[in-house]
Amino acid sequence: MYTRSYKSAVTIPPLLWVTAFLLIPYALLFCYSFWSVSPQQTIVHSWNLQNYIQLIRNPIYLSVLFRSIRIAAAVTLLALLLGYPLAYFLSFHAPKRKDLLYQLVIIPLWASYLVRGYAWKTILGSDGVLNGLLQYLHITHHPVEFFLYSPFAVVLTLTHIYTPFTFLPVYASLEHVPRNLVEASHDLGASPWSTFRRVILPLSLPGVLAGATFAFVLTLGDFLAPLLVGGASGIMISNIVVSLFGAAYNWPLGAAISLCMLLLVMALLFATERLERKLTLS
Amino acid sequence: MTGPTAQAPTAPGRTDSLLSIREVVKRFGARPVLRNISLEVASGEFLTILGESGSGKTTLLRLIAGFEQSDGGEIWIGGERLDSIPPHRRPVNTVFQSYALFPHLNVFDNIAYGLRSKNTAKAEIPDRVAQALTKVKMSEFAKSPPARLSGGQQQRVALARALVNRPRVLLLDEPLSALDANLRRQMQTELKALQREVGITFIFVTHDQEEAMALSDRIALLRSGFLEQIAEPREIYGQPASAYVAQFIGQTNLLRAQIRNGLAQAGPLKWRTAETSSQVTFSLRPECIRLVPTGTPPAQPADDSIARFAARVLNQTFGGAMDTLELDYGSSQTLRARIASPGTLSGQHEFAFRASDAIPVRGEDSA
Repeated sequence: MYTRSYKSAVTIPPLLWVTAFLLIPYALLFCYSFWSVSPQQTIVHSWNLQNYIQLIRNPIYLSVLFRSIRIAAAVTLLALLLGYPLAYFLSFHAPKRKDLLYQLVIIPLWASYLVRGYAWKTILGSDGVLNGLLQYLHITHHPVEFFLYSPFAVVLTLTHIYTPFTFLPVYASLEHVPRNLVEASHDLGASPWSTFRRVILPLSLPGVLAGATFAFVLTLGDFLAPLLVGGASGIMISNIVVSLFGAAYNWPLGAAISLCMLLLVMALLFATERLERKLTLS
Repeated sequence: MTGPTAQAPTAPGRTDSLLSIREVVKRFGARPVLRNISLEVASGEFLTILGESGSGKTTLLRLIAGFEQSDGGEIWIGGERLDSIPPHRRPVNTVFQSYALFPHLNVFDNIAYGLRSKNTAKAEIPDRVAQALTKVKMSEFAKSPPARLSGGQQQRVALARALVNRPRVLLLDEPLSALDANLRRQMQTELKALQREVGITFIFVTHDQEEAMALSDRIALLRSGFLEQIAEPREIYGQPASAYVAQFIGQTNLLRAQIRNGLAQAGPLKWRTAETSSQVTFSLRPECIRLVPTGTPPAQPADDSIARFAARVLNQTFGGAMDTLELDYGSSQTLRARIASPGTLSGQHEFAFRASDAIPVRGEDSA
């Protein structure tokens, strides 16, 4: 149907793109992770496992990695707890203002990530809006310090930023639940709650899975929120990678951490994709 | 139209009336969908709600199921008013047009769904499901997901899923319309047999008048939200209440006749009638017209119980046992006649029909 020249015209540009901007950088990353830095701050191109051994030996890296995973899990859970009810309400109970409400969920995505990060800084800081309100209401007498520069602040900010990413796939999957199945469930004597639990929730699981994957993977790789609102106790693994590639000038170690993260995320995506396929097939 | 002439055979208050629909009104926005519908359905009856799309038949079914709220009137089942009861507490079950089987549950779990909702004893469920599966001849498919079943098989599962709950009334929303013609006829037979076997009241919605006639104890014909007629199939065919009913149920010829001295006259056709108003529409079924063999002596002028007329055969369509003829009898309209294998006819012939076969109907002009 399509000519050879047409086929190559549409396949070659993306292939070039992927090669130049994904495959070659990954290959370089892979190489760097097995090299090392000399005391004179030059890259030594001799193959060794030093970086990986350091990763396991030095407790800093693993503890920050586990903290990142905990933060990502918390954000995922919160984003689902916020995004799912919102998507459910919008899909099943707000037929008249559906489009407007949908837009309201999407609009925050238009605002710059930095703006939203700074907004939380303004809200949570010791002179911030939240502390001002609490003191005005005489709930506290001194500014609460732990609001800002804590893992709590990171979780809060990232939940705010990634909830729409969870909402969208959940909403799409809820919109695809045939409404006559809901009626059939009621018809067969199931209460609204039972219908939700036995029909709507199982049929929306692929969307939940996709949304959870988005929130988890995006949070795990985030370094801006910890930078803006995390403080020392809110450092995440990507911040370490950033500093290793920057000020610390230890590209090989940074590459090793990046590669580990990459493998972790790929394993996760692989697992969720298989799970999702299983859910959709049954 | 002066309102429906619902000649409900089961008068309100009769003991065998199970479902009672009283002056039910439903509007979608400003558009009336059901206008003052009243009907009684007997226990164990197979009632078909027949109508074109947009007649309100599915809406009526959805009101009984509880998926829609009426804007007036009452619906009762066995002494219990349903109107404010949510669908999941009503003693009815529905077979949906598109079956609506749960895609994430296998056949067994689909059928067990209603039993589990009603907290049926766990030990009882496998037996009840197995019985239901046997009834619809689907026992070997208990573990299959619905997506692996054909349309007809899904249909059977949907039936079993509803019947296993032993509803007082089973509602069927055009359940056969997605099946091909052969399978459809087969399912009609099975459905009717199943209904006799379980003895549950069926309310069956369809737009197919042949299906309605084949299955039903009674047919309720809806037309743009009005109940045109409710009667047994033979009666609704033989004694249609209106020109619309006569045309919708089977084919017919409508004759607009002038009445004078007990005689109806439509063009050159004349027959005896008991009607007294000056202008009446009659329905004459094509099969009531017969061919008068050539050489039959002319009719007695006094015998007006049979209308004999000469007509030219305009068109003859071979139909196996019966041929359909289009007759020009010297009027602006033509007559359609269905005659048992007359051989090839052409030109002028003599035809006849019995005066009693011309049924006076409420015409469109009086509507």
